[in-house]
Amino acid sequence: MAIKILKDFTKRMFGLFFKTKKQISLGFYGPPNAGKTSLANRICKDWTGEEIGKVSKLPHETRNVQFKEEVEIKYKEKALKFKLVDTPGIATKIDYEDFVKAKMQKKQAQRRAKEATQGIVEAIKWLDDMDAVVVVLDATENPYSQVNLTIVGNLVARKIPVLIAANKVDLKKADVKKIELAFPDYDVVGISAKDGKNIDEFYESVFKLAKKT
Amino acid sequence: MAKKESKNGLTLQFIPFSDISHLSSVERIKKLLKIVLDNKVIVLQGRLKPEEETRLIEDTMIMIGNIKGFKGVELSVVESNSDDKTLFDKMRFGLAKVIAGQQDAITIIGPASVIKEMKKDPKKLEVMMR
Repeated sequence: MAIKILKDFTKRMFGLFFKTKKQISLGFYGPPNAGKTSLANRICKDWTGEEIGKVSKLPHETRNVQFKEEVEIKYKEKALKFKLVDTPGIATKIDYEDFVKAKMQKKQAQRRAKEATQGIVEAIKWLDDMDAVVVVLDATENPYSQVNLTIVGNLVARKIPVLIAANKVDLKKADVKKIELAFPDYDVVGISAKDGKNIDEFYESVFKLAKKT
Repeated sequence: MAKKESKNGLTLQFIPFSDISHLSSVERIKKLLKIVLDNKVIVLQGRLKPEEETRLIEDTMIMIGNIKGFKGVELSVVESNSDDKTLFDKMRFGLAKVIAGQQDAITIIGPASVIKEMKKDPKKLEVMMR
């Protein structure tokens, strides 16, 4: 028991020491098509001029974990370095026929479905490497889906600080209040990754989140 | 264990928490997914731990790639509203949760080929069948 306490203490001290030197791993998690890559792209473009990945209206466009290291974000004369980790959307089901309905050829749809399932497994594995996570939700959709609750529940269980980004506030149907009601214990920031609405408020929240790591 | 079968062949399988409480996480997931693969909808007393829920998703994804016709699962948890509880009750339930697992919830897990969608809000859960 005493050895375990000593080990945990040493690990934490090491972690504190290295975190001040290194970058913060910031993950983007959420259901498919919530705008994780769009948000990661906006941040990357704002601070590095480059994008992190391709976006599409079709779900499961991101089927591999993709990341950008050494992204320095500045807010009110402070600067922090992040490793931005964009992950495939988490789902409990994937049907290639949904892609066929979206006019994709059967073989291509089957391959996309297979890659999507592998991407989800990969995204879950990466959870352990995160210092903090932005859960990106589509503000026009029902926030009470089990996938959202499972993601947040897992982050809490792993003691990973969470920020909820209610994306797509540029759309009429967006309801940030509903997301705040669904997740009353978390900081929720309404944003539009597409047009940059509230992005400064988002960066402020990211800095607050980074303090918790 | 109670079973109910309707005319169109839908089977609901009720699993009391005591049926899985002694199992390891891996065994729990294995047991639940085996039932889902039989095209049955599980009504589980209690809920899985957060890490078991992600494990269930991971194993489901692996199965989609390996079992022909399997498209995944629909999953939803209905919990009692803790806002109605007093501080003492919350502490009591918190302690019971640590000792015996969360039993004051219902988890519904079904194959995506049987359940089309589960719509949940704080007050109700709607299950749409195919």
